[in-house]
Amino acid sequence: MPFGLLKYGLSRTYPAKHHFTPSKDLKRHYDVVIIGGGGHGAAIAYNLAKYHGITKVAILEKGYLGGGNTARNTAVIRSNYLTEAGVKFYSESVRLFNNLSNEFNYNVMMENRGQLTLAHSDAAIRSFRWRAEVNQHMGVRSELVDRQTISELVPNLNMSEDSRFPILAGLWHADGATARHDAVAWGYAKGACDRGVELHQLTEVEDIEITSGRVTAVKTNRGRVECGCVVQAVAGASSIVAKKAGIPLPIHCYPLQAMVTQPYKPILTPHVSSPQVHVYVHQTSRGEFVIGGGSDPYPLYNTRATLDQRETLSAAAMELFPFLAQARLLRQWAGTTDMTPDYSPIMGLSPVENYYLDAGWGTWGFKATPICGVTMAELVATKKVPDIIKPFELERFYRFEQINEAGATAASH
Amino acid sequence: MKPALPPLATRRRSLKLLTCPLNGSRNISEFTYGGEYHTTVNHLTTSARDWAEHVFFHDNAAGLVTEWWCHTASSFWFLAERNTITDEVVRTFKADKIYTQRIDFGTINPESQS
Repeated sequence: MPFGLLKYGLSRTYPAKHHFTPSKDLKRHYDVVIIGGGGHGAAIAYNLAKYHGITKVAILEKGYLGGGNTARNTAVIRSNYLTEAGVKFYSESVRLFNNLSNEFNYNVMMENRGQLTLAHSDAAIRSFRWRAEVNQHMGVRSELVDRQTISELVPNLNMSEDSRFPILAGLWHADGATARHDAVAWGYAKGACDRGVELHQLTEVEDIEITSGRVTAVKTNRGRVECGCVVQAVAGASSIVAKKAGIPLPIHCYPLQAMVTQPYKPILTPHVSSPQVHVYVHQTSRGEFVIGGGSDPYPLYNTRATLDQRETLSAAAMELFPFLAQARLLRQWAGTTDMTPDYSPIMGLSPVENYYLDAGWGTWGFKATPICGVTMAELVATKKVPDIIKPFELERFYRFEQINEAGATAASH
Repeated sequence: MKPALPPLATRRRSLKLLTCPLNGSRNISEFTYGGEYHTTVNHLTTSARDWAEHVFFHDNAAGLVTEWWCHTASSFWFLAERNTITDEVVRTFKADKIYTQRIDFGTINPESQS
């Protein structure tokens, strides 16, 4: 058996296949240039190539594929938001996520484990009832649950009435899930590259050339590239890149910190989130507890980890799951979140005619990856803004039509 | 009086202490971030579009920025120059370094509105 494998491995009949474009020179012109090789950029390229037949596409990535905030998020997939626009958008994304492994023929390790948000106050219960009603109306599995049900869903949760913030009720979201974030980016990038899209890593866009309101070319550290249009998908650097195109954005960048323990035996099935104590916890399929959601109190372009956040997150996690006091932390990290005033993304057209925005992804970017790929690719291919992302256009701020999802977001800012 | 400069040792480390121009060097947890410093537009004369940009849009620069901070315990608002990449505070100073005279925001006459 080992020899058989070795023979297979060394055989010329089965050469090792590259997942992605091997490094090569940039062409002089691409129909579409996507700035940012994260999950979103790869998803847009994939959909352009597979469903719209547009393959003269380059993904320009400053670092490496999926190495930015795609690698740093805590991989939560859910759609129990508050506004009609938000629920419609994220629930379509969850639906696409459920079929993603089949779509790619590549395992993204999707696990439908459900998500529980905890209410520690009457005000929270009221807002959960509101969310549950909106969610159910939109066909999302979401319901208000009592303490008894919570104990059954998560037997090891601290239900004591003597804690600092006793748990009063919960919002149970059966559609909640998790998936492997790297695999999502790799699956999209592989599918795109197989169809002729070029992924250029270590390629930083330094300047964007605009002539009479249209993008004509981008200047990179590896040379100048002419382009038919540009899509920017650079969560965490949206303001910086958009500024090169002369587009102001309503974004402030805050680091969001998370940490992970050593692996333990599986004892926690759903994802548990508490907006009151500012923490969310879930156990990965590897057994590690992911403890997330600590936002720094002021803007910063730096992904350092701080002791302050480790203390706050640990205290909150231990209040929900006292046994975590015994757990050892493996690592702590930060991602950069593009915080918009209404906690909704900015997608679609920009003041520059052929420059498309996929920005403002705060703490809700990973869960929107598939729907973002579908809708942004449709926009690029047809030049028409799909209805489902119309409410998220940049222009909404000029019309004072924000889509308020501040209460339905797990992390606070 | 010279603007208060934090000790060099503090500036080199990541931001854990901040020097309040009124109260001196204090733990960062005593302060509240108050947003980017930018000039105030006149709400009586500006267009709705410019007002929206003033309210919602940010420079969000990577590098040296000037911003508002408040020492929460004493409600003292002041300005800081901070590097948003290295998280170093270059200096903090009282608002009267910029605002040398009183700003009259004006009022809308309720009778002329109806």
